[in-house]
Amino acid sequence: MVLGNSLSIVNASKYYKKFKAVDDVNLTVNQGEFLTILGPSGSGKTSLLKLIAGFEQLSNGSIILNDEDISKQKPYERQIGMLFQNYALFPHMTVFDNIAYPLRLRKTPKDEIKQKVESILKLVHLEQYGYRYPEQLSGGQQQRVALARAIVFNPPLLLLDEPLGALDKQLRKQMQLEIKHIQKQVGITTVSVTHDQEEALTMSDKICIMNHGRIEQIDTPENIYKHPKNRFVAEFIGEINLIKGSVVNVSEENVKVKFHDSLIADIERKKDSVKEMKDQSILIALRPENIQVAREQSHFQNTIRAQIIEIIYVGEAVNIKTVTETGEEITAKIPAHISDLPGRGKDILLGWNPKDASLIHDGTPLHYY
Amino acid sequence: MIEVKSESWIPVKQVSFSQRLARFTGLQWLLLFVPFGYIFILMFFSMADFFKLSFFDEDGFTLEYISHIFSTDVYLKVLWLTLKISFLVTVFSLIFAYPLAYMLVSTKSNLWKKIIFSAVLIPFWISLLVRTFSWTILLRKNGVINTILLDLGIIDHPLELIYNTTGVVIAMTHILLPYMVLSLYSVMAGIDQRLLQAAQGMGARPWKAFIQVFFPLSIPGLLSGSLLVFVMGIGYFITPALLGGTNTTMISMLIESNINTTLNWHMASALALVLFVTTLILLFIPLLLTGKNPVLKELE
Repeated sequence: MVLGNSLSIVNASKYYKKFKAVDDVNLTVNQGEFLTILGPSGSGKTSLLKLIAGFEQLSNGSIILNDEDISKQKPYERQIGMLFQNYALFPHMTVFDNIAYPLRLRKTPKDEIKQKVESILKLVHLEQYGYRYPEQLSGGQQQRVALARAIVFNPPLLLLDEPLGALDKQLRKQMQLEIKHIQKQVGITTVSVTHDQEEALTMSDKICIMNHGRIEQIDTPENIYKHPKNRFVAEFIGEINLIKGSVVNVSEENVKVKFHDSLIADIERKKDSVKEMKDQSILIALRPENIQVAREQSHFQNTIRAQIIEIIYVGEAVNIKTVTETGEEITAKIPAHISDLPGRGKDILLGWNPKDASLIHDGTPLHYY
Repeated sequence: MIEVKSESWIPVKQVSFSQRLARFTGLQWLLLFVPFGYIFILMFFSMADFFKLSFFDEDGFTLEYISHIFSTDVYLKVLWLTLKISFLVTVFSLIFAYPLAYMLVSTKSNLWKKIIFSAVLIPFWISLLVRTFSWTILLRKNGVINTILLDLGIIDHPLELIYNTTGVVIAMTHILLPYMVLSLYSVMAGIDQRLLQAAQGMGARPWKAFIQVFFPLSIPGLLSGSLLVFVMGIGYFITPALLGGTNTTMISMLIESNINTTLNWHMASALALVLFVTTLILLFIPLLLTGKNPVLKELE
């Protein structure tokens, strides 16, 4: 199979009357990479996908695929494979004919079509289903047919529009991995749009978080999760505790942050994170699973005293909701097998490592500064 | 100490009439039985009684009337003309209705949708008689159309637009068009527009996507609309009676004249039976056509 090509979106904007659906977006997807655009509804992620596919026209900027500006091309000229949310399989064609459709449009010889369709059916584990109609397949099977149809003609780019939205949870998890494996196997450059963060974290090489038509952060799933750039990203991905504080001292490796009037926390300084300045007000971002709970003494560098207000069992873990003396709520997540948990109303000590927290600006997202 | 309150007075639950009624099982069948009886018992028995006249007269059982139809030129001609007119009306209303219905589902402008819908539906609500008579005003020798064409010098002699097959086809197409539009629309509205996007995304030009994806999926509407128009067409009476003249006699007019003029009820019954059987055969055509195609299966 031919490798996919790189996609660049340069200064792209889309206005509907005065509403900015996509607002000056720049992003690059490298060859063979899987990028997920993640955002709440109305964030412009679907508009961006439609712009790439050609179903909408850019107001400004350009879209460059394989060194060619495709932003003025019609959808049928762009040669992009797309997987629709509802699969968009043709109900009047068999699985074979559905997959052969893009090949027939390209006037591929008959025996080559047969061979290509059969080999792609093998790839998606549906060898026996060529002569069935879409309605005779389960949701997951339809999904795989749609995927096969989207990549069978070796497009330079694959677009996925909420690919797993219509499947139930069990199947979704399975398909996440399956699509990812096929994508890697074929090596096709892929852009996916979803509002499901778990899906984004599982499948992507890179995640692009969008809000109000703008990109908030583009990074690897790990970095997005561990080092959110701003408050929006921090709160959008996973659960997080945000503790207000102000910078007291900035050294080579650490930032000392004063919080709750008198307490001081050491936070590891990361490259690429916000520019910390003395006296600047800031948020300490702490994932619940990075907080340890102790009764009396904690061996962690940073600690805070709090009272348990609720204990919630979530299966593999227990969420402990606490409130500090200053009234701030902090949630810790600890493994469920820890047995001697203090009960509700008890005072405990919350502790965390300097490297497990990150600092983000208080209040509005960065680009408003 | 926990105090256990004892309930000394348990309220007797009032059972309403409707609740008591609900305890009779099978009562809901009444809802079905009444309209069912209305449709079948009343219609079926009166029809059977009427059709009996085709086979029984004073001398007992006979096939004379039925065979008379198929051995008389005039009757066969009328039968043929009836089928021809219905076919033409079906074809023309399909040609006019398809773009209209497509426009209805594809336009994003609500205003256009309303305009088309009113254009289709308003004639639907106007009395059939009024519409047929207005066609005589338009089509007759010194009518609106001929006057305009003559004044413009396009034609030298007035066109024969009325009291012949042309007039009947024109007026019947107009009258039956809404049925076709609505049948097509109901099926087209269910076609996912994203299928067309998907086809275009794979490299199909818009017209190709239309022919390869949209059109095949609209066939059920096309078939059901055509069937509806055709079946209504072969039994049509008022329009051909008023616009057809003496040369354009359709089967329903023949039935009417046998009942009202010549008072030959046996003949009328035989003709009605032929009409009825033709209709039944036509209604079974989609069943034969369905085959394995999952789109057509919905018609069953």
